[in-house]
Amino acid sequence: MISRFQIAYKNLLRKKARTLLTLVGIMLSAWVLVSLLGFNRGYESALNRDIDNMGYQLMVMAKGCPYEAATMMLQGGTGLRYIEQSMVDSIVNRPEVDKVTPILMQAFFDPDKGDGGGIAGYFGVEAATFPAMKPFFRFRQGGWFHDEQALEAVMGFEAAELEQREVGDPILVPEKNVQLKVVGILERTGTQDDGTIFVPLKTLQKISAIDKITTIGIKVKKDADTTKLETSLYQLPDVQVVSFTQVKQTIMKLVATARVMVLSIAIIALLIAMVGVVNTILMSVLERLQEIGILKTMGAMPSDIFFLVWTETLILCSCGGVAGIGLAFVFARLSDILVRRVLPYAPGGELVAIDLKLALLTLAVIVVVGLLSGIYPAWKAGRVRPLESIRGE
Amino acid sequence: MTTENGVSLAARGLTRVYRRGIEEIQALDGVTLQIRRGEFVAFMGPSGSGKTTLVNLLGCLDNPSSGELDLAGRSIFGNGKILGERELTRIRREVFGYIFQNFYLIPTLTVRENVALPLAFYHKPGVEGEVERLLGMLGMEHRMDHLPGQISGGEMQRVAIARALVNRPEILLADEPTGNLDTKRSGEIGEVLQDLNRNAGITIVMVTHNPGLAKLGGRLIEMRDGQAYEN
Repeated sequence: MISRFQIAYKNLLRKKARTLLTLVGIMLSAWVLVSLLGFNRGYESALNRDIDNMGYQLMVMAKGCPYEAATMMLQGGTGLRYIEQSMVDSIVNRPEVDKVTPILMQAFFDPDKGDGGGIAGYFGVEAATFPAMKPFFRFRQGGWFHDEQALEAVMGFEAAELEQREVGDPILVPEKNVQLKVVGILERTGTQDDGTIFVPLKTLQKISAIDKITTIGIKVKKDADTTKLETSLYQLPDVQVVSFTQVKQTIMKLVATARVMVLSIAIIALLIAMVGVVNTILMSVLERLQEIGILKTMGAMPSDIFFLVWTETLILCSCGGVAGIGLAFVFARLSDILVRRVLPYAPGGELVAIDLKLALLTLAVIVVVGLLSGIYPAWKAGRVRPLESIRGE
Repeated sequence: MTTENGVSLAARGLTRVYRRGIEEIQALDGVTLQIRRGEFVAFMGPSGSGKTTLVNLLGCLDNPSSGELDLAGRSIFGNGKILGERELTRIRREVFGYIFQNFYLIPTLTVRENVALPLAFYHKPGVEGEVERLLGMLGMEHRMDHLPGQISGGEMQRVAIARALVNRPEILLADEPTGNLDTKRSGEIGEVLQDLNRNAGITIVMVTHNPGLAKLGGRLIEMRDGQAYEN
C-alpha cells in the first residue's frame, strides 16, 4: 500500500533541484522571520532586564542630554560632567527616597584591550551603599572591598574573563599605572555590569584626581510618587534627572521604527517565498496533467487531487520552515553579534530570544502562508478533466 | 454487474460532437451496440474513425452529445442527462479499469507502488493482497521494487494492467495497449488480455490498430466515420 502522503512526497522528488531551491527560499524566509520575531522579543526583555538591574529608578547627573548620559552610563562611556558629592546628603532624606548611592564613572584607554585597544570602564562605588542597589549580584569568587579607600577591585564576569584574572591577581589601571588587587569576581548577570570593573569610590577619585562624582543612583520607595520626586530634584542646581522608564520608552520608540522596517522586509521575503511556492507547485501540476488525469480514471475525486497537491505544499513549507527555524536556533548567536554591530545601543544578555513557542508560531505562519499559496495550484489540479488531460489538450 | 440477460453496457444512438472554433466535428454518429459480460470486444478502424471517442463514452470518461448509455441496466447517460466529474468518478472507480498506449506510470514510484496507487484513492473491499497477486500473475514479482525507468516497455504495460485490475473492475478498457510495443511484446500483452478474459472473466473493450491483437477478441467491431459496423 502507498499513502497519499508518500505519493505527494515522491512527486516532490521528481525535480529535485526545483524542490530544493523552493525549500531554500522558504527556509530563508523562516530564518529571517523567526530571527526578527526573536529580536523583537529579546531586545525588549533585555532592555527591561538591563534597566531593572540598574537597581535604581532615577539618576541624578550634571546637566546635559539625559538620554546620552543614560546610554553612556549603560555603556560605560566617557566625557561626562561632574556633580558635588555633597548633593547626596540633600537627596537621601527626602520622603520618597529609599536608598541613594554615589557613583563615579571613569573610562581609561587600554592599549592591550581588543585589536587596536579599547575603553576600560571603571565604576567608583561605595561598598556601604552600592551593593544594596544590586541585591541580585552574586560572587563567583571573593567579595566586596575591605574598606572605602583600599586599592582593590571587583570585576564583572566578562571583564575578569577578558583579563583572565582571579581573586588575588593584580590589575593595572590603564593611563594611571596604579595597581589594584582583585578581591571579588561577580557571577554573570547578563547586563553591562558584566564588563565593568568596580573600585572603591574614594580610590577611584584619588586615582583620577577628582573629588566629585558623576552620578547619584536613587532607589525610590515602593508606592512613592516618582514624578513628584523627579520634579523636586530639578530644584537642585545644574542637575539633570533621568528616569529609566523614560529612557526605556525612548529607546523602544527608536527600536520600534527600525522594527517596522525590518518586519516589512520579512513580509516581503515571505511573499517572495510564497510566489516561489505557487510557481513550483503550479509548474509541477502543469507538468503532470496527464498523470492527474490518470489518477482520476483510477477513482481519485477532485478533492483527492486537491489535497494531494496541497499535501505537497504542506511538505515543502513544513520542511523549509523547520530547516529555517533550526538555522535560526543554530545561528542565533551570530544574529546577536550582527544586530549588536548595527544598533547604536544594545542591552546585555540575549538579544535574539527564540524559544519553542516562537518557533512553533513561526512554523504555523509559514505553513498557513504556504497552504494559502497552494490553494490555486491545488484547485487547478482538482479541476483537471481526465479525458482532456490524457489527450494532452 | 450485468442485467438479467447478461448485458454490461448498452449504447443507443450515442453521438459526440466536438467544437473546434466555429467548426463542428462529429466524432461519433449514433452508435448503438451492446456488450455482454465476459466479452472481449475489439474496435478497429482508421485514425479519426471515432473508436477512441466511443470507448471513452463507454468508459464514462466523457459525456455524449446525445444518445443513451446503460451500465448493467442503470441509465448513465440519456435524455440530456450530463454527469458531473464526481459522479463519473464514482462510476469509473466501481466498474472500470483503464490501460493506455503510454502506460502513464509514475516514475518516482516503484512497480509495487504504481500498482497500489488506485488503492490510495479508492479501496474496494476484499482487495487486500491484490497487488502482489496480480504482479505474480503477470510475471512481474521479481520487478516489484524496480522503478518504471528500470523495466522494459512490455513490463511497463503489464504493470499498467495490474494497476487497472487492482480494484477488481468489471470491465477493462484498453486504448491501443500495444501501440508503443514491438511485435513480440505486443503478442505477450495480447496473451495477458486473453487470459484475463478467459480465466478471470473480465469484460475487455479494446481499441487497436493491430489486426493480430484484434483477432484475439471474440468480437470485432469496425469503426468508420463515427459509426460502428459489426460482421
